[in-house]
Amino acid sequence: MASGSGFSRRAVLGGLGLGAAGLAAGSLAAPAARAAGKTIVGFIYVGTANDYGYNQAHAEGAAAVRKMPGVTVLEQARVPETVAVQNTMDGMINLDGASILFPTSFGYFDPFVLRLAKSKPKAQFLHAGGLWKEGEPLNAHSYFGFISQAVYTAGIVAGHMSKSKKLGFIAAKPIPQVLRNINAFTLGAQSVDSSITTTVVFTGDWFLPVREAEAANSLADQGADVLTCHVDSPKVVMETADKRGIFCTGYHTNQAVLAPKAYLTGAEWNWTGLYPRLVGDLIAGKTLPNMIRGGFREGFVRNSAYNAIVPEAARKQADGVRAQFMAGNFAVFKGPLKDNKGNTVLGAGTTLDEFDLVLEQMNYLVAGVIGSTS
Amino acid sequence: MSGIGWWGVPVAVLAGAIRVSTPFLFVSLGELVTEKSGRVNLGLEGTLVMGAMSGFAIAWLTGSPWLGVLAAALVGALLGVLHAAICSLPRVNPIAVGIAMMLFGTGLAFYLGKPFIEPKAPELPALDLGFWSANPAIRSALKVNALFFIGVALAPALVWMLRNSGIGLVLRMVGDSEDAARAMGYSPRLVRLAATGFGGALAGIGGSFLSLYYPGSWNEGLSSGQGITAVALVIFARWNPMGCLWASLLFGGAGALGPALQAIGVTGFYHLFNALPYIVTLLIMIVSCSPDRTLAGAPGELSITR
Amino acid sequence: MRLVRLADAAAPPLVALLATIVAFALFLLAAGADPLRAYGLIYLGAFGTWFSWQNTLVRAAPLLLTALGMALPAQIGLIVIGAEGGFVAGGVAAIAAGLPLAALGLPAVIVLTGMALAGMATGAALVAACGALRHWRGVNETISSLLIAYIAIAVCDQLVEGAMRDPASLNKPSTRPLPEALMLGTIPGTNVHLGLVLGLIFCVLAYVFVFHTTWGFAARVVGANARAGRLVGLPVGRLILIVTALAGAATGLAGMVEVAAVQGAASADLAVGYGYTGILVAFLARQNPLAVIPVAVLMGGLEASGGLLEQRLQLPDATITVLRGLLFIMLLASETLQGRLRLKLRARAPRPAPEPVRRAQAGGA
Repeated sequence: MASGSGFSRRAVLGGLGLGAAGLAAGSLAAPAARAAGKTIVGFIYVGTANDYGYNQAHAEGAAAVRKMPGVTVLEQARVPETVAVQNTMDGMINLDGASILFPTSFGYFDPFVLRLAKSKPKAQFLHAGGLWKEGEPLNAHSYFGFISQAVYTAGIVAGHMSKSKKLGFIAAKPIPQVLRNINAFTLGAQSVDSSITTTVVFTGDWFLPVREAEAANSLADQGADVLTCHVDSPKVVMETADKRGIFCTGYHTNQAVLAPKAYLTGAEWNWTGLYPRLVGDLIAGKTLPNMIRGGFREGFVRNSAYNAIVPEAARKQADGVRAQFMAGNFAVFKGPLKDNKGNTVLGAGTTLDEFDLVLEQMNYLVAGVIGSTS
Repeated sequence: MSGIGWWGVPVAVLAGAIRVSTPFLFVSLGELVTEKSGRVNLGLEGTLVMGAMSGFAIAWLTGSPWLGVLAAALVGALLGVLHAAICSLPRVNPIAVGIAMMLFGTGLAFYLGKPFIEPKAPELPALDLGFWSANPAIRSALKVNALFFIGVALAPALVWMLRNSGIGLVLRMVGDSEDAARAMGYSPRLVRLAATGFGGALAGIGGSFLSLYYPGSWNEGLSSGQGITAVALVIFARWNPMGCLWASLLFGGAGALGPALQAIGVTGFYHLFNALPYIVTLLIMIVSCSPDRTLAGAPGELSITR
Repeated sequence: MRLVRLADAAAPPLVALLATIVAFALFLLAAGADPLRAYGLIYLGAFGTWFSWQNTLVRAAPLLLTALGMALPAQIGLIVIGAEGGFVAGGVAAIAAGLPLAALGLPAVIVLTGMALAGMATGAALVAACGALRHWRGVNETISSLLIAYIAIAVCDQLVEGAMRDPASLNKPSTRPLPEALMLGTIPGTNVHLGLVLGLIFCVLAYVFVFHTTWGFAARVVGANARAGRLVGLPVGRLILIVTALAGAATGLAGMVEVAAVQGAASADLAVGYGYTGILVAFLARQNPLAVIPVAVLMGGLEASGGLLEQRLQLPDATITVLRGLLFIMLLASETLQGRLRLKLRARAPRPAPEPVRRAQAGGA
């Protein structure tokens, strides 16, 4: 699909299309925004924008961008990770004049964002996932937050609250970003009590409510008394924990209202903080880096407010670690560290900085996690 | 509080059989009544999703989960009657209409359901049959929803109704031979309208179970094909209501097996474990079907068995 | 006469289209949206500009082939709804064949041909299995095709996230990608991939097969009345196998195109519903392989325009699904008008016996 001569030709045709679109749109109630010289920003979500999860976190960021002066926000939900996303972005550029795009699902990047970025050099693409590599188009950017830091602090709270010393983790797929969270959660809890174990259930996909409920119930049956998850919508897991009378910690965004008794704290994205900053920089004509990453310190992630039942000792330890993250002198992954098959994955004295790309390739579960990566 | 180890697997399968089976049970019993009248409604997937959405919406707006169930039944009946009305036109293919209704019902539910994704509706009550046990897993497994009992009671009631009552007789007659029914002065069209409406109502109730009890909220991923699978269960159950009950329990239990095995540390091949219910259904269909005779219990006018 | 017959066949769908436009307008009014503006946007998004046309055609390309997965078995009286399974399995098989061929350094034409053959063979095996189960075991093909599709997708997910996973595909488990140079290119001057051309060719070939070959004729005889087919000595079992295998081959090829022209590798993202939309397209085309072409383009256009409704009218993303559902129902209901709107000229022609046709459509074999 991508041949050298095709690009320029496509760019030309794209330009023609834009002109034609302008003509057609003129007769069809053209969006006022284009005439007024506004910056048009498009957000694309893989699911529903109010899912109490992944997509809602991004939509909250989009809502923050919408409040900026001189900016119009376009949104499209439930766009699958296929050529549909390429066409959707292309449409936002061609038919609506968008110049900044936020394709927010991980699987949008390769090949769809990359292809379009090559053929639409004037548009800026900001992809959630942290995937950009040297040699890829410069107008494609990929950002990601070290949410495993916030998961670690949530794990500390879970460690304090667990009586059975068994935690449960419902995950979609055994991929590095998920494994990193499972490990961070377990390590956080083990920093409270080294005998704590985490049992993982993989559901196989990002949004399967009935199976997530089954997994949560099975884990509760096995004595897990704090549950957390890495799926697109944590709603069902939180509500199931609440019904079973056990605790949970949230993910993606704040789910406290769904499980008032059970919700201890949660690991949240702070896109409301980041997105207006990125859009503001672009409007001001600044060049953004292609890889944009950060954790607590850079304001990319945060924790939900503690439940009233979380004891002082837990708050104190979690707050202390968060303060160290903010200061930049705490690492989740440091040696000696063994995986759950007994292999040493980090030697004594080794400390992995969050920016270390080795962490992006995590393919193990740490000792104390019951589950396998395949 | 500690885990129950390997015992967790049979407990989870039992619990899953009870929790997950209810929607299958209602949809398959509803489809059974419809098919007994000689009509297939493949649109019950859409009806299930509409039932889940409308039941949740009404329960949230009125504060009463039972009003939600009622609304789901009404919406389901309405969709069923619409299906029957279109199918009663000459030269219209009921299977295609079913697929269209599936698409329409799902689309409409997603469209109308946007405002109801976030709220929390009151939940349907459950009976605590595990009160005797100190084990939380068993207590939870035996916390059985009222709709499950209604479904379980409905199966033998339908057996009796089909065998002994006048309504059952008329239904079976229309399903077995339109001409005979017409000769006796019954209108196949009206009987099918009623049977499809009834089937839709049950499917709607099955949907409301998903949104009002388990997993207990409205969202767009709620149904992963339960409605259409339940239609398969009817063939599997040989048009016998008790067969629908067993098949639904089997299906629910098989679905619980995958997560339960992982919870005790048996990992790997979870995609295949998750497909287990479909594999089981297919195998039993292959073993139990035969090309030489029409399936026992199959209504003669039913296009799906010809 | 031919024109009259065409007009006769086209009249009910046109009535249905008008009815849908009115019904959807009422629906939009109820939602507080301006129907005229909405229809303007649908036109703009689907066919209003050269860009829209390309967007529409890219979305239509897979539907041409997946629709054949439904339309071909319908000729012989089978309702097969498992195209999604053939699509996914075809895509996975294609990459499984393509990677070793590419490793041998073979030219693109050979690699792509190998991939297409592997995809088609796999799709054919899956759908033909439904046909075989129907004929020799009496298993209802509608249900078995759906179950087989679910199972095939689970097996493929297991493969792309397990045995066939590229260790470098970190957070999006996929197979190893096909080298960029070997990928199926685009139609010169557009960004529409060559899969569209393949789809068009297959639709035409399928049409020729069904209406201009002995095999196709025999299949239609069996579809109209299986017993009669058997009485005149037609090899019903073999016909069912051939037709379902061809249908499966089309769905498998669609999967191969998705991998070779769009995704570049196989992942769980292959199962996004092209197979299910294909069912809709086939029914709207009244199971005619040639009519699949305009219907697929219409359907691609509707999908392409969904975004504009969402962005400019703030309508929910499911609006287009509602429109598709309405259109589908109206078109099916309009079948009842078939023959009643006949022009006077047509009245002289002998009336075909309606009974076997009805049975064929009801899926009896």
